[in-house]
Amino acid sequence: MAVTGLILVGFLLMHMYGNLKMFMGEEAFNHYAEWLKGDILYPLVPSGWFIWIFRVFLLAAVVLHMWSAIYLWHRSAKARGSKYQHVTRKVQTYSARTMRWGGIILALFIIFHILQFTTKTVPLGYDLEQTQHSPYLMFLGAFSSPLVWVIYAVCMIAVCMHVRHGFWSAFTTLGANLSKKAERVLNGLAYFVAILLYVGFMLPPTFVFLHLAPFGG
Amino acid sequence: MNITLRIWRQPNAEAQGRMVTYQVADVSPDMSFLEMLDMLNEDLTVKGEEPVAFDHDCREGICGMCGVVINGVAHGPSVTTTCQLHMRSFSDGAVIDVEPWRAEPFPVIKDLVVDRTAFDRIIQAGGYISAPTGTAPDAHAAPIAKKNADRAFDAATCIGCGACVAACPNGSAMLFTSAKIVHLAMLPQGQPERHLRVKGMIAQHEAEGFGNCTNIGECAAVCPKQIPLDVISQMNRDLISSLFKRDGK
Repeated sequence: MAVTGLILVGFLLMHMYGNLKMFMGEEAFNHYAEWLKGDILYPLVPSGWFIWIFRVFLLAAVVLHMWSAIYLWHRSAKARGSKYQHVTRKVQTYSARTMRWGGIILALFIIFHILQFTTKTVPLGYDLEQTQHSPYLMFLGAFSSPLVWVIYAVCMIAVCMHVRHGFWSAFTTLGANLSKKAERVLNGLAYFVAILLYVGFMLPPTFVFLHLAPFGG
Repeated sequence: MNITLRIWRQPNAEAQGRMVTYQVADVSPDMSFLEMLDMLNEDLTVKGEEPVAFDHDCREGICGMCGVVINGVAHGPSVTTTCQLHMRSFSDGAVIDVEPWRAEPFPVIKDLVVDRTAFDRIIQAGGYISAPTGTAPDAHAAPIAKKNADRAFDAATCIGCGACVAACPNGSAMLFTSAKIVHLAMLPQGQPERHLRVKGMIAQHEAEGFGNCTNIGECAAVCPKQIPLDVISQMNRDLISSLFKRDGK
């Protein structure tokens, strides 16, 4: 749970960093997109293989993450037994409480995201033909649509809330929380990473949506 | 004070339980919660009704025997045992919901009494040292850093009341189990069996059907001995390092 979760947080940070390349202009972003699918680790692996190795690795992390979540969810539901008539919550955060249902929403969001931008089965907000050779134009088209911007602005809140509890929880599970001070540091880091991800991911779409420089202005 | 109680009544483990409403009049604010229940029971006995069964022993907050969920919080509104909770914590005319600890490994025996022998079996799975240590040694014969002694003592204050399980949304007993593990892990006497202990107690925790920890923190928030949440993380660290010990120790 913890290890796969941290792998996925690592991926999110990389993904966010990559998206910020939008600010470098069309050529830079398209070149980056091409490089991802191109010859990373070539000639160690044949050209174009890296992306597939990486996808299988990520998919394995997601599947293991969900498998352990479902197993633990089942165990916990059984252990909880009969329900209290009167429930009072003392310290739990909204993020901690919504990890499971929130996780399901995230899974749906990720499927939608892949259908929209990777397989292009649902070309929501952009024109398939015109943006065929330019991921940059695809990004521009998609996030000019208010609907797409709102979907991502909302879903990214779910992502970042999941990361907020998950980040701290993963390190605690792995034995890093050994004092009150460590607890404060880990929680602080979790907030930092979650906010960083939200801001980093939403900056390019928001600039596109509002036609700010360098996307119009 | 006049108090309205809504108490979980369940004649035995198999029977269906339900909340039953009782009125208790002339409650002194200086009474403990259990004394208030005693008053109710005297009243019920006089009326020829079955008194409410609840666990209690020392009534001074050190034995871990008492414990009910009061208005959804294990041990009620102040961070202490139920016996040390006083009626001044409630307002006159309050309606108070009283329920037993709820968790699958803690089956209800009767009313508010639950069977906590699962905890005993977790202790039997490693919560001890097997070396004969003789009589109590002279003070400072075995030097232990103040920091370690304090942490061992903090963990050792766990009285095994089960409030952590009652409060955990996952029905996990990780706070209890890790308090026992950390207590011995901080002291020289606990070292020889340190890793066997972690594996044994966690395996028993699992076998008893307790849930898992998702680091929510409700357990530490209700713990009458204020065992910190970080003992769980320390147990996890010991568990991870035990996986790399070839002889299991």
